[in-house]
Amino acid sequence: MIVNSITSKRDIDFLKQKAREARIEILKMLHRAGSGHTGGSLSATDLVTALYFYKLKHDPINPSWNERDRFILSKGHAAPLLYVMLAMSGYFEKDLLMTLRKIGSPLQGHPSSKLLKGVEVSTGSLGQGLSIANGLALGLRIQGISSRVYCLLGDGEMQEGQIWEAAMTAGHYKVDNLCAIVDNNGLQIDGSCADVMKIEPIFDKWRAFGWNVIEIDGHDMNAIVSAYDLAQTIKGKPTVIIAHTVKGKGVSIFENKVEYHGVSPNDKELETALMELGANG
Amino acid sequence: MANRPSDIELQNIKDTNPEDTLAGKSIATRDAYGAALYELGMRDERIVVLDADLSCSTKTIKFAKAFPNRFFNVGISEQDMVCTAGGLALSGLIPFASTFAIFETGRAWEQVRQTIAYSFLNVKLAATHSGITVGEDGASHQALEDIALMRVIPNMTIIVPSDGYETQQFVKLAAEYYGPVYIRLGRAKAPAVMPSNYKADIAKAYQFSKGSDVCIIATGIMVSEALKASALLANDGISTGVLNVPVIKPLDKETILSAIEGCRLVVTAEEHSVIGGLGSAIAELLSEIKPIKMIRIGTQDTFGCSGKPDELLQSFGLTSQHITNKIKSTLE
Ligand SMILES: Cc1ncc(C[n+]2csc(CCOP(=O)(O)OP(=O)(O)O)c2C)c(N)n1
Ligand SMILES: [Mg+2]
Repeated sequence: MIVNSITSKRDIDFLKQKAREARIEILKMLHRAGSGHTGGSLSATDLVTALYFYKLKHDPINPSWNERDRFILSKGHAAPLLYVMLAMSGYFEKDLLMTLRKIGSPLQGHPSSKLLKGVEVSTGSLGQGLSIANGLALGLRIQGISSRVYCLLGDGEMQEGQIWEAAMTAGHYKVDNLCAIVDNNGLQIDGSCADVMKIEPIFDKWRAFGWNVIEIDGHDMNAIVSAYDLAQTIKGKPTVIIAHTVKGKGVSIFENKVEYHGVSPNDKELETALMELGANG
Repeated sequence: MANRPSDIELQNIKDTNPEDTLAGKSIATRDAYGAALYELGMRDERIVVLDADLSCSTKTIKFAKAFPNRFFNVGISEQDMVCTAGGLALSGLIPFASTFAIFETGRAWEQVRQTIAYSFLNVKLAATHSGITVGEDGASHQALEDIALMRVIPNMTIIVPSDGYETQQFVKLAAEYYGPVYIRLGRAKAPAVMPSNYKADIAKAYQFSKGSDVCIIATGIMVSEALKASALLANDGISTGVLNVPVIKPLDKETILSAIEGCRLVVTAEEHSVIGGLGSAIAELLSEIKPIKMIRIGTQDTFGCSGKPDELLQSFGLTSQHITNKIKSTLE
């Protein structure tokens, strides 16, 4: 299913601007940290920006508001992206971003829900998030709470067997308040997913497990927003959005480069990146 | 092209000749593992290697490039990897399966117990990124429980090398030994501690020195800290022996009992939780055979966190200074 535009141009431009700001913050914090996951934070920036600034019902002043929508970052190594979203939404001061990965910081290398408000659950070990999202969605459902649950997965992460156990559960229980998003950037650590361990055909796999499957360009803000809207209207089955993305998106020197999975920008790379993103200083 | 390492990672692969000894070299034990595995691969056709999308970090990449037909990258699927290794062992080969320690022992624990240990399969679980010195990645990636997890499994042999040279020897010994072995390796550079005439032995602990007051029983990178502590304590007139226990299971009881002979205090030191690891193993042994006052240095029932490896060692009390202070205040 391919989704087309339904949102006003002004809203889309606002989201694009937010995504650009987010990329700038992500790169700055990674540069300061001196280590961390660049590629997978940038590939999902548009997808997650549309959640935090368009789709999610949430309240930064009251992070534990019971009626909020939930976002589970199953690919926990994209922590910088989550932290930037939380800071830009007002969960905490932006200055805190510069403490990423430093001793004593609540901004751990992988997200800790014990240390940071706004993080729903601690992640970092791949393959566990979708099961958590299922449980959360089922729990909300039987308590009559209409909140939705969003869960971001990596494409390499789909190699974990637990993902498919969870996929089966969601299909079986018709968890329609759940929307999974696959950041389909084609790369993992040791190379391309196609070379390391083939995951295709992913569309057919999810459909076979009883899911409504939407395929989009994960950098087309229009398509992203429309896909989230459409997913919400689908009843009787969970929805997965397969978002075709580019690892390292937004900075040419990082784009599609497997070696920037877990490497942060050095001084020169940061300078180039900020220039490309049009950041002043 | 499968398993392409980044240029950055490739630079990190030390080019060792097959016969090169790593004695005296301060390198990460994972680097020593990568080199030793490659050596083994050259010598023995039965050696096969598995990884779960971390070959550049675990250093199996060197073997993978040299022997692509004997290397299997299963992708991000650790449970699958462990049982696949079991199958390869059943076919008569000698598999080394590598990923980060928390995933190897934690994620795949029941696979290790049921398939590998219960069936007594000839699988070598060689895991890197153990302990707090994983650094910035933080608690999710810092295995502080892996020794405990492996120790409760019958049939399991557990090896924790202290430096590159000891790793080099134990990787070979593990391949020669028939049965399940867990080898615990680290990400950060490990100071060289073992003398060049050292001969590793799965049945033997290594005694650096005999103390008349205190015996520090250490494993892994804490051996180096124990040696420094012993020197510091000597200045204060406290005679402190150091025993390296690279094989946590089965324990070399004889050497341990003779090392603590006459001591007032036994101290264990490990880059692992004090629950279930070396400290527990020694406490279990001594409480039954020779009760004696003990201190267990290690992480104190807590998760790790992000930070630089050195800062973390400081903050979790895993330094020679911390060991020294603990001993002095206990003896006062
Ligand atoms: C259970 C587990 N195994 C291995 C890892 C190490 N690891 C971190 S990221 C990663 C690759 C992830 O690839 P993908 O899901 O495609 O993420 P992305 O490309 O979006 O960064 C691996 C293997 C992990 N975090 N958890
Ligand atoms: Mg990917």
